[in-house]
Amino acid sequence: MSEAVIETTKLTKEFIRDEFHVVALKDADLTVNRGDFVALMGPSGSGKSTLLHLIAAMDRPSSGEIRVLGQDLRALTDRAIAHWRNAHIGFIFQSFNLLPVLSALENVELPLKLTNLKGAERMEHAATALKLVGLGDRLGHYPRQLSGGQEQRVAIARAIVTDPDLILADEPTGNLDAASATDVLTMLARLNKEFGKTIVMVTHDPHAASFATRVRHLEKGLLLPEGQAPEEWNAAAAHPGSEG
Amino acid sequence: MAIPASYNLRNLMVRKTTTVMTALGIALTVAVLLSVLALVAGLRQAFASSGDPRQILVMRKGSTAELNSGVTRDVYQSLKFMRGIARDAAGQQMASLEMVTVINLPSVDSPAGMNVTLRGLLPVGIAMRPLKIQQGRWFQTGRREVVVGKSIAKRYPGARMGQQLRFGKGNWEVVGVMDGGESSVNSEIFGDLGQISSDFNRQDGLSSVLVRAVDAAAVPALIHSMNDDRRLNVTAEKEQAYFDAQTSSGAPLQFLGIFVSVIMAVGSSFAAMNTMYAAVARRSKEIGTLRVLGFSRGSIMVSFLMESLLLSALGGLIGCVLVLPLNNVTTGIGSFVTFSEIAFNFRVTPAIMASGIAFALFMGAAGGLFPARMAAKKEILTALREI
Repeated sequence: MSEAVIETTKLTKEFIRDEFHVVALKDADLTVNRGDFVALMGPSGSGKSTLLHLIAAMDRPSSGEIRVLGQDLRALTDRAIAHWRNAHIGFIFQSFNLLPVLSALENVELPLKLTNLKGAERMEHAATALKLVGLGDRLGHYPRQLSGGQEQRVAIARAIVTDPDLILADEPTGNLDAASATDVLTMLARLNKEFGKTIVMVTHDPHAASFATRVRHLEKGLLLPEGQAPEEWNAAAAHPGSEG
Repeated sequence: MAIPASYNLRNLMVRKTTTVMTALGIALTVAVLLSVLALVAGLRQAFASSGDPRQILVMRKGSTAELNSGVTRDVYQSLKFMRGIARDAAGQQMASLEMVTVINLPSVDSPAGMNVTLRGLLPVGIAMRPLKIQQGRWFQTGRREVVVGKSIAKRYPGARMGQQLRFGKGNWEVVGVMDGGESSVNSEIFGDLGQISSDFNRQDGLSSVLVRAVDAAAVPALIHSMNDDRRLNVTAEKEQAYFDAQTSSGAPLQFLGIFVSVIMAVGSSFAAMNTMYAAVARRSKEIGTLRVLGFSRGSIMVSFLMESLLLSALGGLIGCVLVLPLNNVTTGIGSFVTFSEIAFNFRVTPAIMASGIAFALFMGAAGGLFPARMAAKKEILTALREI
């Protein structure tokens, strides 16, 4: 039996924005097993990023349960969450989010600063991660000296340098041209296949989603059943009972 | 482990203009404070170098300065023969009857003239002080000759070697320049007691008696017996204690300097705060990213506080460099005790520079605390969404 890395039950996130009560995510039940490469798809405002942020413990749910790597995230303090995130999660942002004053090597080394590794070991790990993403010759380059695709590859190196159990990617190809996007997606697929990394990727691009092994759609805050596309769901919602 | 300091250092370097302007503001504040501290340290050094632990200064009861003291020759004779007074190689008691007054001399800084201490004393009074002749010779008894301190010779063009000074009942020839180390004697003019007291019609209205005890241990007992003798009607105290008390001349200046520095420090702290608030606002997304990578709120706070401290340390260092040329520059200050000018050198010591850096760091901490706290309190998603 596959080991569940992410398990959510009736996960809900609500908030008040400008006096309006907004339900960003409602009763989401999601299970992601070790080795899965799941794409969360949906239009803007569908709740896919909210779900990703809750999985990364960057936000707290309003109700429901969430266990990531067997840990009930609701039970952790702020400090414990920071430590947990560093140890278990690698996060890739849409706009790369590299620190502009640090070189590629220093950016990748950053998460290792929170480990017990010595300086030389950290540098070695960071250099290895950069070589893995094909940037072994760009160690001393600063973000401003890299192309968008290269910046995202540095961000991927930073996400994998701690050898996390789970990689979370928020629209990783959103700011890239088609060629660079394919490079990045190929790399993620390789991390999944060759290194067995569990990946959850948020995207609204069907091409990007095609690199995943599983696709889950979200619509208006609802996580649709596995295998159901929004059109089918909308049709089913419009004609209840027509299936038979 | 914390966020690397290189991150803060490079961020300071990236926004060079803001960094330099803020650091300069802090530097000026530090320079003002250090100038005052260097001045007070110089003044303190001048008085600390004055006085011998074996010597006692005797003045009229109730007097706090030689200038307003009055001692007669009878009192001097009584003091001279008290038990415990040291004797010189010739067997003479080491007790110097002295007359102190002020005369006006035009100086480099003040052509209209400044008050200078004139001291008439016996030859034994010279022997009791660690003095050496830098130029010329000592005055001769019974002649209208004076020897000036080296600071006087430097600051008063009319009081240099070979010049004639006009005071009392006529002219006095400057026959020598004396070097009293760093003591306040450098700001005095010495002449023969008999001649000077005669010129000022104070043959029996003299100022003080300086006596030397056989050793430092005998000083308290000697002071006690002098103060207890009601016929003498004198106040005796250690010579060093007398000079220590005169350091108070610098107190108003010290107060004013520190007051101005504190006011400036408030301004500089706000400048640092403004710079750091701008840094936090501009780097909001980086703060969110660092949090996602696993850095705690505490690490974020320490990082931004450290950046503020680095900024202020830079200001402190510049402030020290700005004030260094003042070291050993001679200046003068009017003393409310002697009503004359005391010349001394600014002293920019390592301890003073360290206190300047500490003051700068305090400004940095005060200015950086709230922005650092704001950075640490940011929620991850809010931080990531801010531009």
